[in-house]
Amino acid sequence: MSAGVTTQLELRGVTKRFGGVAAVDGVTFEVGKGEIVGIIGPNGAGKTTLLNCISGLHRLDGGDIRWQGASIAGMAPHRIAKLGIGRTFQIVRPFGSMTVRENAAVGALFGSAAGRRGPKEAFEMADQVLDLVGLKAKADHPVSALTIPDRKRLEVARAVATRPHLLLLDEVMAGLNNVEIDEALEMVRAVHATGVTVLLIEHVMRVIIGVCRRAVVLDFGQVLAQGEPEVVLRDERVIQAYLGERYAKRLKS
Amino acid sequence: MRNGSSPEPLLKVRGLTAGYDAGPVLFGIDLDVGPAELIALVGANGAGKSTLLGVLSGLVRATSGTITLAGEDVTNARPEVFVRKGVAHVPQGRRLFGTMSVEKNLVLGAYLRRDREVGDDLARVLDRLPALKDKLSREAGTLSGGEQQMVAIGRGMMGRPKLLMVDELSLGLAPKVVDRLIDVVQQINREGTAMILVEQDVLVALDVANRAYVLENGRVALSGDATDVKDDPGVRRAYLGL
Repeated sequence: MSAGVTTQLELRGVTKRFGGVAAVDGVTFEVGKGEIVGIIGPNGAGKTTLLNCISGLHRLDGGDIRWQGASIAGMAPHRIAKLGIGRTFQIVRPFGSMTVRENAAVGALFGSAAGRRGPKEAFEMADQVLDLVGLKAKADHPVSALTIPDRKRLEVARAVATRPHLLLLDEVMAGLNNVEIDEALEMVRAVHATGVTVLLIEHVMRVIIGVCRRAVVLDFGQVLAQGEPEVVLRDERVIQAYLGERYAKRLKS
Repeated sequence: MRNGSSPEPLLKVRGLTAGYDAGPVLFGIDLDVGPAELIALVGANGAGKSTLLGVLSGLVRATSGTITLAGEDVTNARPEVFVRKGVAHVPQGRRLFGTMSVEKNLVLGAYLRRDREVGDDLARVLDRLPALKDKLSREAGTLSGGEQQMVAIGRGMMGRPKLLMVDELSLGLAPKVVDRLIDVVQQINREGTAMILVEQDVLVALDVANRAYVLENGRVALSGDATDVKDDPGVRRAYLGL
C-alpha cells in the first residue's frame, strides 16, 4: 500500500478450500482508502473466489478479513453490503422485465443506507447513479434493449446505488473493445472521484495500466507479485504465469 | 484476396438483411470468405456481428439477400443443414453442457454426421488441443475458462467444418491463454479450414487475419486486407483507441 494512506480493507492469510483444493491459499494484502487496486492472474487462480470471500458469499477456511479495523470474516453478505462493500458479478443478471431506472433503484434499497430510504429516495438515488455511469438518457428503457457495454454500466450502477465505500468489480470490461473500455474507464474514474475505493478484477491490461495504482497478481490461489502495474507487468514470473510472450512484447512496444 | 482470387468463394453473402422482432439489425451485408481464408469481423458491441454469425448458421432468419455456400444457395436453411454442409459456430460464452463430460461435449459436435469415424476425429481434435487429453472425463463446467473455450472450439471441429466461426475467442480469458488459443486457431486455419473470427481485441484479430470486415450499425463500413484495415485512421481511432 502507498505511504500516507489509511488502510480500509485488510486480508491476512485468507484461505478458501473446495474439497481438497485451496482455491485461495494464504492471501495477504491491504487496500487503502481511496485506492484503485487491480487483481489479475490466470483463469482459475482464485480471483473471483477471493471477491466472494470479501463479500461474504464464501466462508473462510483460514485467515481473516478486516474492514476498517474490525473482522468481517463469517459475516452474512447482506451485512457486509450494509457496512459499505458493494460488488458486481461477472455474469450480469438484471431484472429483465424492469426498466434501467427500476433496476438501479433496487440497488438503492439495499446496502449502506438501507432502511433509511423509501421508494422515492431510491429513485432519486437511481437517477444520480445513472447520471454517474452515463446511462441517464436510457433510464426508462427496458433492460432488454441495452447493449453489452450498457448492461455492464447498469451492473456497476446497481452496485454504486448501494452507496458503497468499497466497490468490488468483477470483470466489468470483458467483451468491450478498446474504445468502449476507455469509456468504461471514465465511468470507474467518475465513481472513484465520489470517494469510493475500488478493487477490480480484469484481464484487460489497458484497464490495469489505465486506472490502477497497484496490482495484485494471483496464481494458484497465492499472491505471485504485487506493486505498481508498470513494475508487476514486467516481472518475468508474471509474464511466465499470466501474460505470455506476445502480450509482454505488446506492452513493451 | 491474399491467397489467390478463386472464382467461387466458399461463402458468398449478398445484400443480407436480417433482424429480430424489435427491428432489423443487418442492412445489405456483402461478404466473401475464400477457402482457407481467415476473416476478422470487427465492430462495436451492437453493430451486428453476432447476428451475422447467427444468420450464417441458420439461427436467425434473413429477411432479404442470399447466402451461398460452395455454390449452393443456403439462405434460411435450417441450422442442421448449415452444420451438415460444413459450417460450425462456436458461440459467444462457449455454451457447453456443463454437467456433461468433456468427451461427450466434443462428440456432440459430430452428432449430425452419418459416418462412424468419430473416434478418428476425436483423436485429431485432441492432437490439436492436447491440454484436453487428460480431462476427457471431467465435467465440462468444472474446467477453467480457457479450457472451456478449447472444448467449444474442439466441438466445432468435430463436425469437420469447411468454415469455423468463433464468436469472442478471448472473452474473459487471461492474455497467455488467448495467445495459445490464437495459435490453435491459426493452426486449424493453416490446415485448410476457413474461419471467421469475431474478436473485441481487434489488434489480435487483425494480426492473424487475411482480410477483415468492419461492421457499423449493421452495415459493412470497411473491408479489405487486414493490414490495410489495421492502418486505417478511422479504425485506429474508433476500435483500437490509438
